[in-house]
Amino acid sequence: MATIYVDDRPYEVDPAKNLLEECLSKGLDLPYFCWHPALGSVGACRQCAVKQYRDENDQRGRIVMACMTPAMDGARISIRDKDAAQFRAGIIELLMSNHPHDCPVCDEGGECHLQDMTVMTGHNYRGYRFGKRTFTNQQLGPFINHEMNRCITCYRCVRYYRDYAGGQDLEAFASHNHVYFGRHEDGALESEFSGNLVEICPTGVFTDKTLKQHYTRKWDLQTAPSVCAHCSLGCNTIAGERYGELRRILNRYNAQVNGYFLCDRGRFGHGFVNGDRRLRQPRLRHDGESRPVGGTDAMKRTALLLGRQSRVIGIGSPRASMEANFALRTLVGPRNFFSGMAPGEEHLVARMLHVLRGAGVRTPSLREVESADAVLVLGEDVTQTAPLLALAIRQAAQQAPRKQAMQLRIPRWDDAALRKVMQQQKGPLYVATPAGTRLDDVATQCFRGAPDDVARLGFAVARALDDTAPAVKGLSREERTAVQAVANALRAAERPVVVSGSGCGSEAVVDAAAQVARALAGAGTANLCFTATECNSFGLGLLNAMGTAEAFQRVADGLVDTVVVLENDLYRRVGRASVDAMLTSTHVVAIDHSATDTVAGAEVALPAGTFAETEGTVVNNEGRAQRFYQVFVPQGEVKPAWRWLRELAQAAGRTELTGLRSPDDLLAGLARAVAVFEGLPAHVAGASFRVNGEKVPRLSPRASGRTAASADVNVHEPKPPEDPDSPLAFTMEGYPQQPPAPLITRFWAPGWNSVQSLNKFQAEVGGALTGGDPGTRLIEPVANGAAAYTDEIPPAFKRRAGAFLVVPLHHIFGSEEQSAAAPAVAQRSPAPYAALNPEDAQSLGVLDGEFVEIELGGGVFQLPARLMSSMTAGVLGVPVGVGNVRGVDVPAWSRCRRV
Amino acid sequence: MDKPLTGDLRPDGTVLDLAAYEKVGGYEALRKVLKEMSPADVLKEVTDSRLRGRGGAGFPTGQKWSFVPMGDNAPTPKYLVANADEMEPGTFKDRLILEGNPHLLIEGMILSAYTIQATQGYVFLRWAYKLAAERITRALAEAYDRGYLGRNILGSGYSFELHLHTSAGRYMCGEETGLLNALEGKRANPRAKPPFPQVSGLFGKPTIVQNVETLCNVAPILRNGAQWYLGLSRSEDGGTKLYGVSGKVRRPGAWELPLGTTIREILERRARGMREGYQFRGLLPGGASTDFLVEDHLDVKMDYGSVQAAGSRLGTGLMIVLDDRTSVVGMVLNLERFFAQESCGWCTPCRDGLPWTARILQGLLEGRGRPGDLERLEMQTRMMGPGNTFCALAPGAMEPLQSALKYFREDFEKLIPRSDAA
Repeated sequence: MATIYVDDRPYEVDPAKNLLEECLSKGLDLPYFCWHPALGSVGACRQCAVKQYRDENDQRGRIVMACMTPAMDGARISIRDKDAAQFRAGIIELLMSNHPHDCPVCDEGGECHLQDMTVMTGHNYRGYRFGKRTFTNQQLGPFINHEMNRCITCYRCVRYYRDYAGGQDLEAFASHNHVYFGRHEDGALESEFSGNLVEICPTGVFTDKTLKQHYTRKWDLQTAPSVCAHCSLGCNTIAGERYGELRRILNRYNAQVNGYFLCDRGRFGHGFVNGDRRLRQPRLRHDGESRPVGGTDAMKRTALLLGRQSRVIGIGSPRASMEANFALRTLVGPRNFFSGMAPGEEHLVARMLHVLRGAGVRTPSLREVESADAVLVLGEDVTQTAPLLALAIRQAAQQAPRKQAMQLRIPRWDDAALRKVMQQQKGPLYVATPAGTRLDDVATQCFRGAPDDVARLGFAVARALDDTAPAVKGLSREERTAVQAVANALRAAERPVVVSGSGCGSEAVVDAAAQVARALAGAGTANLCFTATECNSFGLGLLNAMGTAEAFQRVADGLVDTVVVLENDLYRRVGRASVDAMLTSTHVVAIDHSATDTVAGAEVALPAGTFAETEGTVVNNEGRAQRFYQVFVPQGEVKPAWRWLRELAQAAGRTELTGLRSPDDLLAGLARAVAVFEGLPAHVAGASFRVNGEKVPRLSPRASGRTAASADVNVHEPKPPEDPDSPLAFTMEGYPQQPPAPLITRFWAPGWNSVQSLNKFQAEVGGALTGGDPGTRLIEPVANGAAAYTDEIPPAFKRRAGAFLVVPLHHIFGSEEQSAAAPAVAQRSPAPYAALNPEDAQSLGVLDGEFVEIELGGGVFQLPARLMSSMTAGVLGVPVGVGNVRGVDVPAWSRCRRV
Repeated sequence: MDKPLTGDLRPDGTVLDLAAYEKVGGYEALRKVLKEMSPADVLKEVTDSRLRGRGGAGFPTGQKWSFVPMGDNAPTPKYLVANADEMEPGTFKDRLILEGNPHLLIEGMILSAYTIQATQGYVFLRWAYKLAAERITRALAEAYDRGYLGRNILGSGYSFELHLHTSAGRYMCGEETGLLNALEGKRANPRAKPPFPQVSGLFGKPTIVQNVETLCNVAPILRNGAQWYLGLSRSEDGGTKLYGVSGKVRRPGAWELPLGTTIREILERRARGMREGYQFRGLLPGGASTDFLVEDHLDVKMDYGSVQAAGSRLGTGLMIVLDDRTSVVGMVLNLERFFAQESCGWCTPCRDGLPWTARILQGLLEGRGRPGDLERLEMQTRMMGPGNTFCALAPGAMEPLQSALKYFREDFEKLIPRSDAA
């Protein structure tokens, strides 16, 4: 630690940081633009000027940029100094000389860092009297709106987009006071992380286009802490509502999980909540026709189906909360509760959990992956299946070169200097997948092969790390060289991470990743990061539900009267014929938020709340249980699924759910029933939690028109809805200060109206939220005993004449069910296709775009060929979850012919 | 008097080819050094010669080279870059040598590269110097043919590749780190220092960037020795300097003279004084980004320390003379417009302050001046003062403005309408 003096007051600081971040960490207000805690310092905007003095006798001092000056022991600075204050006001005046001052019509207004900093410096009268420069804006796709006239040229956008996120298609063009940030031509931004520009940009140049379609000021949004529902990483979000519509998703900082950023699927995939496919009223099928009915009618019919004599099974869902799944499990009994995952995925999730709960491995948080200094990715196209993990790996790939550059005594925060030294160097990152990935550009080496060959590479790396691991026979010389390089890099690293998951559908790949981790661990533990496909895949896996295939078998065997399907479109899990058969041969009660094909075919369909309309807990890939809170009260008869189940049970005269009245009760029940959840309730802020005796308000104190919001319907002020289930309130009344981290409904602090106010919520800038980051890790490494190696190593992949191994390909936009229903994401989703190596296509006589026919699980698919030079020969890729490519169990062999 | 830089230039402006250069002792220094001297010996000789950078900043050359990591563990490849992006308004000295005697530069570069054990070199040439590009290209081919460049130079085991890079043409490319970014194919923005290019420069490797005139001194120093070089000077620093004068003088031009020659001698003896009908009012001693000097300063010696003591900078050493029939405000506007145009747009004071400055000056000239304009101009000079901006472009741009406001304030004041009339 070091001591610095700011306006003659001593502060204990970290000398490895710069003056700006330390001043902010100490709660001091110092304006800035180009600096960002995740991006470091470059000294461009000159806004954070302070006066620095040589010693206590120095009365003159000199102006320095706080962001470019280390917080060295004994440093004496003044923020209040008149020269420094005048300089900062002068900088605002300069960078505002071309700004249009259009705050009233700007989407950023009211949560604008430029507004805040302008007020902070005290600048208020414009001395510039000449003409302003103007720009032409670009169409940047369905996510981001572009308004270049507002630009203050802080360079954060390109630094984030290119240096941090690895994007190629956003640049700074031209020079002097005509610098233009945009693409070389109009078109959708290619990066999967473009949405973060909305929060990175300190003013209204890059704004959320999906919000613009039903714009609401920050202070008029009703907001609650949420957890992203679109992949297994569980990024923390803030979801905002107005007039019964979910309007936007913002990042909710969690130092251990998503940090400052979200992916575009997570940020722009929320449109399904307001979508026209929403189920808002119960429906009953009668004489082959489904009709909307009142809640009572639906309840009556369902009560009959769930009667005591009835043989009822329940099918859960990896996209439903722990609470909803546990309610169903309790209602039908553990032996009648089926996971509802696709059989292949279900098997892999069980396998991954088995590995993670065994000896020698540890699941790293995303923050820990970011700081890894060597990464091996096996089988997973991370950018498509767990996007923010890819962003973390991208940072990890810079660790080794950065560390080397820091040997020139450049501090970690001096981003521009470090990058000049690092140049294009990459740290050890090895990617082994069936087809090209979006991480290939930062990979040290890529390895392409069928899933079995990817697994063999992993097993061979394990062997190279530890010669007690079983050997892999028949590797080529080239493969052996690659294996040795990977093993050397992992062994030399201080914090290596192995990444894999269910993405390529191969158990051998998962086992191989586990084998590498074990070999790496020796007597200790190694970091092994798995991903699955949905937001609660791992949580559901921890329930040890019965297999989905068995549910269909029981129905086929005539052993089932009624099936309750929870938030699950079974057509996405198994082949169409099986679901059709279930829907016709038994009574199906489907509870879901949208009118899926399963809902359409069910006898009873009940409208459930989405993540924004319910409260619950999900478990991410790290084994971190996180609670999301209800944002708003839904219209119509929409209810949380668990509440439907409870009311149905009551109506049917069943007592299983009698004592489970709330999400808290369900979580407590879960903790009693399943050991791994035992400690969880103690970490969750339940409904009775209060801060200073008060609830935490979802509305800001400035929410306008709340009392008159429904005056077109009724002039009397409506009573605000009660929230019996959570410590949050649907009003602006309540605890007015910062709530505990898991209950942060918005980032806002005095003088800091933008998301940059986050600085005030962290104990130290860039570190944990005050009081600790939200979430509870359920899976920690087992202390004793090393797991045994498996010697089930698959033989090398062999091509088959006339047939292809069909493997799953994933798309960030399109493969995930809920986000694919969001209009903005749908615009970016591909149409189904069959990916082929160009040589394979040639031997089939197929040109790009011509149709081929394949057979999968009894279904015949005709798909246009997409020629991909990175595709492994003999392997054919299909985009799972996209269009009609769903319910397919891949990898699987298929004949393939030109149509 | 010895003129190591220009003594061999042909009066007719034709170029010295390799044979002609060798005839006047060319590449003798290289032969001698490769045979007899270690890099450390060369470094000592150059340090002892008290050669200082001729690009404007005047940093001691030997000291600069001494920062380059040497030995087996030093990062490789190391680079040597000649800054031939001569874009300073009123400056045309490097062009003389580039067009007239390119081998002098090439030999100097090989020797400098040898000293820091650089294996790759670039001549970063101003886009407009088409004739120089042609002549350098030919000279490089000749040097390669003769074995002065390439692998294993003259059998010494030392190898050096030298390339010509013609710039796209921005003033910022003349700034050492902006030049390196441009050479890497990036925007010509300046880089943060430290790390200095000597440690981490081109492509992140140790790099020396040196002005053309500086490099051209190296071969003569090594041929004739540091003592000889010191003896050429009339100042504490060694050597001669290319001086020049533009403006309404009788004989504008550039001349090689002992370092420390007075302004008066250059102006009156070399440029032969003001043209008929023009009165001297002041001058920018070393390019557009230096402070005005006036009549009182005519006996100042044109060396680094003396010009600084007079309140300006030696800069490139090529003066621009202001006469009584030229508008001071117009001249300053012309300069500020240039600087505003050439700002890279990286830091706020320069990017937004220079265009504002230019517009105020333009307003004054167009009769749209307002009370408070001069105070605003003064505020700009403070906002763009040294340390307040990212690089030296804007502080340099403020030098003619702040000194014009000091020495010629009445010229500005008479363009401001009296507040009662406004």
